[in-house]
Amino acid sequence: MARIRICVVAAVLLAATVALAVAGVMSIQVRTGKLRTRPSFLGQVTASVGYGDRVTVLDEKSGWIQVRTGNGQTGWIHNSALTEKKVVLNAGQGDVATGASGSELALAGKGFNDEVEAEFRSENPDLDYTWVDRMETFRLTPEQARRFLATGKIASPGGE
Amino acid sequence: MTRHEFGRGVLCALALSALIGCGTVTKIGTQIGQGSGVITEQQATSINKTGAALEKTFADITPEQEYYIGRAVAATILETYPPLDDPAANDYLNELGQTLAMASDRPETFGGYHFLLLDSDQINAFAAPGGLILVCKGLVSCCRNEDELAAVLAHEIGHVQDKDGLKAIKKSRLTSALTTIGVEAGRNLGSAKVKDLTEQFAGGIQDIIHTLVTSGYARGQEYQADAVSVEILGRVGYHTGAMVSMLEEMNRRWDPHGPGFARTHPSPRDRIEHVAPVAGPAADRQSRPATRDRFAAAMSGI
Ligand SMILES: [Zn+2]
Repeated sequence: MARIRICVVAAVLLAATVALAVAGVMSIQVRTGKLRTRPSFLGQVTASVGYGDRVTVLDEKSGWIQVRTGNGQTGWIHNSALTEKKVVLNAGQGDVATGASGSELALAGKGFNDEVEAEFRSENPDLDYTWVDRMETFRLTPEQARRFLATGKIASPGGE
Repeated sequence: MTRHEFGRGVLCALALSALIGCGTVTKIGTQIGQGSGVITEQQATSINKTGAALEKTFADITPEQEYYIGRAVAATILETYPPLDDPAANDYLNELGQTLAMASDRPETFGGYHFLLLDSDQINAFAAPGGLILVCKGLVSCCRNEDELAAVLAHEIGHVQDKDGLKAIKKSRLTSALTTIGVEAGRNLGSAKVKDLTEQFAGGIQDIIHTLVTSGYARGQEYQADAVSVEILGRVGYHTGAMVSMLEEMNRRWDPHGPGFARTHPSPRDRIEHVAPVAGPAADRQSRPATRDRFAAAMSGI
């Protein structure tokens, strides 16, 4: 029994440590992101954020993070859209000297990027990206998702 | 604290110790950079001082890089498997698939989740990294209602969520490619470097295609994708037992010597055995009348 209690205390301490690590400033790691009024895709959109935007963490709730943008807008965004790394959009000579290590930096547009894709396609001229581009235009808004579930009478156990 | 949170705390502890234990520090990056004359010794020292190059894994691939990998994988699959140009069916597939993806543990990828039908009778599907999911109509034919199709799509979402495609890239290739990228942090890539990186990129695409088409993931990764699927079905409100009833139908159509999943996935029987404890008994096929018409309408051309 005592051992179980020690485990619980250890887990609480660790969870607290992890929560602290999450707090602070994070970066958007997807092309476009939306902030919402509540921690759900069904929440109203309060603001849009773009790749590399820095946001301040305010709160965390079951996979969602409440953040504040540079110009003071707040809202919830899923943690899979965020990274603790600083996303450097235009890596210049200066970035190497900033003191941030590679594990703290994500270099936007570096590595496997549109330039590499262009070279890859020129070396494989038979590859046809037409349908890849087309399928990326298939987009569903959360409102459409809500309607899709409602008309199908699909009800989640959690109520959302 | 709920049991769920407690479990998460323990997981966090494990993850932390894994992070601390696995950071093999090497100087390989700057050695490669110096050897090819890309960076000066001074710059190399600066990089080594500011952040030592760590051994690279799939987890070091940024979502943006994953996006370009996924596009190339999808384009390569489409060379062999032509798309099914059926707007009604593809729209429906995306309504269902993207709704399910929102309920996954990884709803946000760089370019989002997108679904496309392939004009092939194979029981087969391909989840390209980042969320481009290609599904053969032969696999869709194993689904007799929306719940069962949801089970199929959520399994593929599971592979994206778990980054199984990226894990198929050979580790040596990943380390050298990501090290090149890291060393080039402070400058734009020259054309020779782009060529170099493109070669690694092409190799990585081949690794993934080989796994998706020929060798398959480890069985454990497939059972995990089934478990993720059941989790998503439950969260959204679909019948988790639809996974079992779909696999039963797949089993009826299964040719162990056939192409597609017969090569790359465990048999439907094995999958049922693993997933049944969490999915529950096979779902009643007639239990959701409100979805019957739209499912039938979308599938009418297949
Ligand atoms: Zn699979």
